Amino acid sequence: MSNVLAVLEQREGALRKVSLEVVTGARRLADALGGTVEGLVLAADAVRGADHLGSVGADTVITLTNAAFGRYAPEGYSQAIADRVKAAGYGAVVFAASATGRDLAPRVAARLGVALAQDITDLAVEGGAVTVTRPVYAGKALQKLKFTGKPALVSLRPNVFTPVQRPKAGAAERAAVSVAAGRVVVKQIKAAPAGTLDVAEAPIVVSGGRGLKEPANFRLLEQLAEVLGGRAAVGASRAVVDAGWRPHADQVGQTGKTVSPTLYFAVGISGAIQHLAGMRTSKVIVAINRDKDAPIFKVADYGIVGDLFEVVPKLTEEIRKLHG
Amino acid sequence: MKIAVCIKRVPDSETRVRIASDGRSLDEAGVKFILNPYDEFAVEEALRRKERAGGGEVVVVSLGPAAAQETIRTALAMGADRGVLLQADRIPADGLQVAKALAAELEDGGYDLILFGKMAIDDYNHQVGPMVAELLGLPCVTAIAHLEVENGKGVAEREIEGGVEVVEFPLPAVLTADKGLNEPRYPALKGIMAAKKKPLETKPAAPGAGGLEVVALTPPSERKAGKIVGEGAAAVPELIRLLREEAKVL
Repeated sequence: MSNVLAVLEQREGALRKVSLEVVTGARRLADALGGTVEGLVLAADAVRGADHLGSVGADTVITLTNAAFGRYAPEGYSQAIADRVKAAGYGAVVFAASATGRDLAPRVAARLGVALAQDITDLAVEGGAVTVTRPVYAGKALQKLKFTGKPALVSLRPNVFTPVQRPKAGAAERAAVSVAAGRVVVKQIKAAPAGTLDVAEAPIVVSGGRGLKEPANFRLLEQLAEVLGGRAAVGASRAVVDAGWRPHADQVGQTGKTVSPTLYFAVGISGAIQHLAGMRTSKVIVAINRDKDAPIFKVADYGIVGDLFEVVPKLTEEIRKLHG
Repeated sequence: MKIAVCIKRVPDSETRVRIASDGRSLDEAGVKFILNPYDEFAVEEALRRKERAGGGEVVVVSLGPAAAQETIRTALAMGADRGVLLQADRIPADGLQVAKALAAELEDGGYDLILFGKMAIDDYNHQVGPMVAELLGLPCVTAIAHLEVENGKGVAEREIEGGVEVVEFPLPAVLTADKGLNEPRYPALKGIMAAKKKPLETKPAAPGAGGLEVVALTPPSERKAGKIVGEGAAAVPELIRLLREEAKVL
């Protein structure tokens, strides 16, 4: 029997949505290993939402509190997690491949002296060993890896592991923990405007490229995102980010973010390989482009060939009608 | 200011990926290799820090095959002072093994900063930099897009979901570079000529296999052939119907 530790994330005392996905991935491993899922969240105080994780697969959720844990504290977090893993022993430790998780997981792995696979899109247990799959070479190949030691440390690509509800309550515990003072300190978080979803985590992404012709025309995509009811983020191709039309935080692609939304709109984007690397694991792709030969149509599930300046406003109008 | 930059030789992202006959690795025949784009930001930052400090040394370190000498020369052509190749025929899938080899090389170097790209564009592993920091017991900030250094202290900014973290740290430190940190220079002809004469030391390295084994490398599942719904705004109602009834995503 081998238990699985799910490392959860909070911001300002509220559980982040990606934590549900981490529990979901951990549950799959725990079921295959015949163990339980223990959720672990580090915070300054009680975390809102932590007690609901039983419904997606956590047997226990432990909140470890420390005055320094309100914001991400790289050294304190990695010490607390590594100590716990050493003391309790787990078959696997699951992180989110988020900004925090990608930073934290390697530190924990180095402290434990074990291997880590980041940004994975699938996982399983075969012959008692944890195996994972991850896209490599700009998404042009999938690498399957087997862990030969324990615990297996993995981080999950956001939006890939869809939470499954199950009618079971989990137990919640809270304990204070002490760690050495950190040298690396997050002094401030400059937040994006309230309500702005990050492209890496939004269930719907509306991305625009050079076909938008000028920065002001991104308003069309923002309007489309708005009528999609707060579930959509606006993304951008490298060309328009390099031209300074949109911030780098919005860039989808090899030198930007990798996204896996349920629905991806590529508007006025030709579909260079570097862009495809960032969005090809989207569940449904819609392409709108004037050029019927644009490579984006080869990966799109649905395409409209035409002038985006006519198609997008119409799409916005029709979706608005739909939602009344 | 003494700065080390750890770089990686990676296949160009335009490369057509063919899988080798072992079914586990890339067939390298005809593949063009480049300096990992994120490492370019790290090299550029090191050069700017040295210029601003009015002196120092920028040392480029890479773990890789003999051919990675070319990659190191690219960084030397940008302006780095010398290179060290930790020569290994195979780079293990377990990033911790790479980190151990690099940490052993960097340990007694007396570096003020050790820079990395935030990830390599071949394996997307995002891990060697912070692992080296842990092995060396140094503070570390990853994926930075802005950096200020003064009087032995640094302030870096890194993008997080829906915002930017402002992070303080003391030097010496390990940092990994994101896009946006700077605009890397192109090596000028003069730099390329000068790079040929700069010292490049090769040392044998034998990283262990560690805790990960590559089982298979396979082509990605082909996306089901899509359909062109129609042309122009007239196709919108049909698109919405398909998204609702067929794809069930609206």
